[in-house]
Amino acid sequence: MKQITVFLENESGRLSAMTQCLAEAGVNMQALTIAESAEYGLVRIICDDPEAALTALKVGDYRAIATDVVAIEVTNQAGGLAKLLETLDGLNLNIEYGYCFSTSDATAIDVLKIKGAEQAVAAIEAAGFKVL
Amino acid sequence: MGQEILWAPHDELEKIQLEGMKKTVVNCYENIPFYKELFDEAGFDPYAVETLEDLKKAPFTCKQDLRDNYPYKMLAVPMKDVHEIHMSSGTCGVATVGAYTHHDLEIWGESFARGIEYAGGTEEDVLHVCYGYGLFTGGLGAHYGGLHTGCTTIPMSAGNTERQIRVLRDMGSTIICCTPSYAMHIADTAIEMGLDPKKDFTLKAGIHGAEPFSDNFRADLEEKLGYKVLDVYGLTETMGPGVALECMEQNGLHLAEDHFIAEIIDPATGEVLPDGEWGELVLTTVDREASPVVRYRTRDITRILPGECKCGRTHKRIDRLHGRTDDMLIIRGVNVFPSQIEDVMKTFPEVSSWYQIELTTVDSLDRVTLKAELYPDFDFDQISAIEQLQKKIEAKMKTDLSVGIKVKLVEPKTIERSIGKAKRVIDKREGVK
Repeated sequence: MKQITVFLENESGRLSAMTQCLAEAGVNMQALTIAESAEYGLVRIICDDPEAALTALKVGDYRAIATDVVAIEVTNQAGGLAKLLETLDGLNLNIEYGYCFSTSDATAIDVLKIKGAEQAVAAIEAAGFKVL
Repeated sequence: MGQEILWAPHDELEKIQLEGMKKTVVNCYENIPFYKELFDEAGFDPYAVETLEDLKKAPFTCKQDLRDNYPYKMLAVPMKDVHEIHMSSGTCGVATVGAYTHHDLEIWGESFARGIEYAGGTEEDVLHVCYGYGLFTGGLGAHYGGLHTGCTTIPMSAGNTERQIRVLRDMGSTIICCTPSYAMHIADTAIEMGLDPKKDFTLKAGIHGAEPFSDNFRADLEEKLGYKVLDVYGLTETMGPGVALECMEQNGLHLAEDHFIAEIIDPATGEVLPDGEWGELVLTTVDREASPVVRYRTRDITRILPGECKCGRTHKRIDRLHGRTDDMLIIRGVNVFPSQIEDVMKTFPEVSSWYQIELTTVDSLDRVTLKAELYPDFDFDQISAIEQLQKKIEAKMKTDLSVGIKVKLVEPKTIERSIGKAKRVIDKREGVK
C-alpha cells in the first residue's frame, strides 16, 4: 500500500495548511500520524487516492513522497496486534515504524514499514494474514 | 568572421596595452584632479612609463575613491562627450558612477559581443536579454553586445517570468543573458508550467554572470535547460559585463586584454602575485575615455589561469570568481567565503541548489544557520534520515571551514527566489553592518 510522507517544518500552521491542501484536492484520509523532532515533522498519511494527494502536495510546494508500507488486516479485539507481531517476530521481520487504526467494529488495520516489504508480504500472507 | 583581435599574438596585445596604458595614466593625471593628487603623493610619474612593468609603480584606487568623487569628479572628458551614465547599486553607501563616450559604448558592445561569439552566436541569432535594464550595467551591456554582433536583440529586462517563458518560446530565442539564479528560476517555473525547457525552448547557450555560482549550480542549470552556461564578468567601475567572458571550453573567462590590464594582488599587502595564484583582481583601462581607471581594486577574488586556452584564443583567462574580499564573513574569528559553503553544499545531492546563510548573535556568540531545501528525490521517510543528512552536512562544514554551522532543512520555496542577484547571506548579527 502507498503511504504519503510529507516533510514539514515544525512551525505553527503548517499542518493545518497541508491538510487544507488535501481537502481542496478532495482527498479523504483514513489515517494520519506525525513523527516529530524539535525542528521537523514527518506526516504519514493513508488515504483513498495517494496519486491525487501527491500531485496536490507537489503543486502546493510541499515536499512529499510515496512510500511502500504493508497494511495488514487483523481482528478488532484484544490481542489482534500482539498476534501479528508475534508472527512477524517469528519470521525475523524487522519493523521500522508502524501505526494502527480500526475501520469497523470487526476489523482493524496495522500499517507497518518493514525492510524488504515484498518478501515480507508473501511470508505474512503465508502465515494466514490478509494484506491489503 | 568574428573578431580577429581574439586570435592576435600575445605580444601584439601587450603592445596595445602599453600604448593604451601610457595614454590612460597621462589622461587621468591631466584631466582628473583626484589622480593628479594621488600620483604626486605616491611619487608616480605618468610621463616616465616605458613598460607594462612600470604600471606596478602606480598607486591603487578603490571604490571609496570613486564614491568620494561622486558624481562627476572622475570624468576625464567634457560633459558634451558623455553619452551615457550607469551607476552601481550603492547598497552600502553612495553609488559609483560610470560614464561612457561614444567610443566607450562601442568597446563595451564589442567586448560583450565576444561572449556571444564564444557561444557560437552570429547575426542569425535571437538574443533574449533578461538582465535588468537601467542604471545596472547588465541589461544594456548585453544589449549593446547583441547590437554589435547584429543579433535580433530582445530587451526583456528582468521579471514577469511567465512572460519571459512565453517570449522565449514564441520568438525562438537562441541565446539568453541573465543572472544564473534567474535562469534557474525561469527553468523551474517553466517546468512547473508543464514545459520541458530542453524541448520547448530553442536556446543553445546562456551568458549568465553578475554573481558567483558553483559548478554544481551550473550543472543543474545545464541539465534543466539543455544548453551551455557561460560565465561573464564585469563591473560598473570599469565598464560593465564583458571585461571577461567564458568560451565553450568553460575553463576560465577570457579577459578583453586589448581594453583592460589585469593584475592579481595579495589583498593584505598589495603585492602583485604570479599567474596561477589566487588574490584580488586589479584592473587598469587601456582605452576607456570618459571613466578611465588606474589599478582599480575590484575586491573580486580570482586568479589568472596560466597557459593557453584549448580554444586557441590568445587573451588570458581569469578563473571563475571565488567571492569578494568584502563578501568574506568573519565568523568567530574565522574567515569564510560564501563560495566555500556552496562548495560543501554541492557535495550533497540530497539538497537542492537553493540555500541561504543566516548569521545571528546568540549569547554574544556568532551563530550561523544554513537553510537548505531537500532535493525532491531524496527519500526522507524517516526522521533519522533527515537528521543524519543534517549531521553529515554539519560535520563536512566543520572539517572544511573550521566553523560550526547549524544546518536547517526547510520546505520547498521557503528560500526566496530572486530575479536579480541571489541573496545568499543574511547578516542579523548585533553590531555588524
